[in-house]
Amino acid sequence: MSTQQRSGVGPPRGRLRRIGAWLDQPKVLAWLMLGPAVLYVIAFVGFPFLLAIALSMSDATIGDPSLDTFVGLDNFKAVIQTDAFKLALRNSLIVTAGTLGLVLVLATLASELLVHAFRGKRLFQMIFILPWALPVSLTAIVWMWFLDSTFSPVDWVLVKLNLLGPGGVWGPFKHMYFLGNEWLGLASVIVTDTWRMLPLATIIVLAARMSIPEERFEQARVDGAGVFRILFRITLPALKPMLIVAILFTGLLVIGEMSLVQLLTRGGPGHSTQVLPYWAYLKGIQGGSLAQGAAITLFLFPFLLVASVLALRAAYRSQEA
Amino acid sequence: MTVLTLRALEKHYGSIKAVDHVDLQLESGEFMAILGPSGSGKSTLMRLVAGLEPPTSGDIIVDGQSVVNVPPQHRNVAMVFQSFALYPHMTVRDNILFPLVSRKVPKQEHEARLQKATSMLGVENLLDRRPSRLSGGQQQRVALARALVRDPELFVFDEPLSALDAQIRSRARAELRELHDQTRITTLYVTHDQVEAMGLADRVAVINEGRLHQVGTPQELYNDPADLFVAGFIGNPPMNLIPLDETMVAGLRPEHMLVDPEEDVPDLLIDLAVTIEHIEYLGSEWLAHGQARAVTSNGQQLHVIARLPASAHPGLVSGQECRMVGQRKDVCLFDRASGKRQVQAEVPA
Repeated sequence: MSTQQRSGVGPPRGRLRRIGAWLDQPKVLAWLMLGPAVLYVIAFVGFPFLLAIALSMSDATIGDPSLDTFVGLDNFKAVIQTDAFKLALRNSLIVTAGTLGLVLVLATLASELLVHAFRGKRLFQMIFILPWALPVSLTAIVWMWFLDSTFSPVDWVLVKLNLLGPGGVWGPFKHMYFLGNEWLGLASVIVTDTWRMLPLATIIVLAARMSIPEERFEQARVDGAGVFRILFRITLPALKPMLIVAILFTGLLVIGEMSLVQLLTRGGPGHSTQVLPYWAYLKGIQGGSLAQGAAITLFLFPFLLVASVLALRAAYRSQEA
Repeated sequence: MTVLTLRALEKHYGSIKAVDHVDLQLESGEFMAILGPSGSGKSTLMRLVAGLEPPTSGDIIVDGQSVVNVPPQHRNVAMVFQSFALYPHMTVRDNILFPLVSRKVPKQEHEARLQKATSMLGVENLLDRRPSRLSGGQQQRVALARALVRDPELFVFDEPLSALDAQIRSRARAELRELHDQTRITTLYVTHDQVEAMGLADRVAVINEGRLHQVGTPQELYNDPADLFVAGFIGNPPMNLIPLDETMVAGLRPEHMLVDPEEDVPDLLIDLAVTIEHIEYLGSEWLAHGQARAVTSNGQQLHVIARLPASAHPGLVSGQECRMVGQRKDVCLFDRASGKRQVQAEVPA
């Protein structure tokens, strides 16, 4: 009995102990811990990515998805020449650049606001973060109502302000038809994307803003700097590394996003608000041309890769300084 | 000429009076230290002068003009923070030029002013470096150069030496005083370190719980403390404070405490039977710590310290009984209730 008791509380013996010792080796333990992550990356990132490259250089369709015929860069040449692709590329760049511009300005302002204590700050923070937590479908529904051709509250406010409607600055009609027009449609996508992306960017920028010691601002004030000099010469240089990270995150999310355009405008009217990811989906999945869809998806990859590497290096360098 | 006048200055945070009715004057070219323990309100006082906080009431007058409603960027007050607060993304040159650029000083003056300030502080060869590549001492000099470059009316220093290593601190202290003697810029120097305050300043203002307790030269503070707080704060170790009766407390510097006097000492006011607790050897002196027997009216034990020259071993050991005495001429008397200093004539014989 006394032996049993000892084995119960003492270190494990026999086979269990040998397995334990084997698992305890740094090499074994390391691979055991890393294993799931490595498997995940290979199976769900690496493999689909390579498959996309293979597809883009084949003649695969939904009906015949085999990779038996190698066509080189023919798919790329073909899709690039279409007007729809050119429009989608242009719109992708406009939407991304527009969203980034708005997000950067607003995130900097919001972080400046949120770094200070004020009444109701917690409630404000919660509401502020909400768009990030909402599913994209819900976002789209909210904004479709905002921008509806008949029931838009924005139109109503504009009419009340005498900007819209008979005698208004923007013409006799009582509706803007935000989503029924090329440029208003793009602007609508930009505003909605900004609304969704602002919380993430603000959190990134706010973290950087909070790490600036208050004494630095006080020193600048005593040194004679006004609000704008402090913003441009003190605050923004200190935020730079994190601003670059925010640009990168927001930019990659926006440029790869199709659901918002799909839900808001369906790329229309015509292809006027078409963006690359949605066009790739329409072409590759809906249209059945897997190869061309893959080519459209991969078109921006080399540019994004180079841009990301350069951005991360710049962020790293400015943090070093 | 008076450069800075504080008149009935108050700063309250809720019910806490961080600065409580402070009146103070700084004459032109004067180096004044604000000395107090942490939380005494000295930093708040300095922030009020720099304009970083608005006072609750009272007035701040610089060169005859009230600056209470003037924002810091329009006050001609230069400040050096404890952390030096150098701008990390700028070179030393841009750091030092920042006050000139911000105050829109004509560009043609920049080079000459930069030259003057940097040569005075010996940082001419650091101009193209970033602050992160500087040692603590170099950072302090750059911060001083940045404060100096714009010819301020008033310097405000917030413990500028406390971020430095102990080895270079005493040299930096000497350099700071030399810099002041060269420039004669009126200086307000905030510190909790009495060695800094006494060693650097022409006059020291002792502050505690928001109130000024005494303003005077280092000698005045040491020899004639105005109240019990100053007596117990200035000096290391501070004065022995020995209750005489219900109303009086006697203050006696440790160096005036005589241990086992061999001859008859005339006019004794203090005569204590003491048990030695321990003695300390400090190189230049001995300190004898002891417990006086049954002196205070409320039955508390009384701790006393005597300072003895290092030249001879005092021949004391722990647990030894001895007599410690003090002469009337060396004693400062304080009113027990108010803490205020009593004039010698009022003392009962």
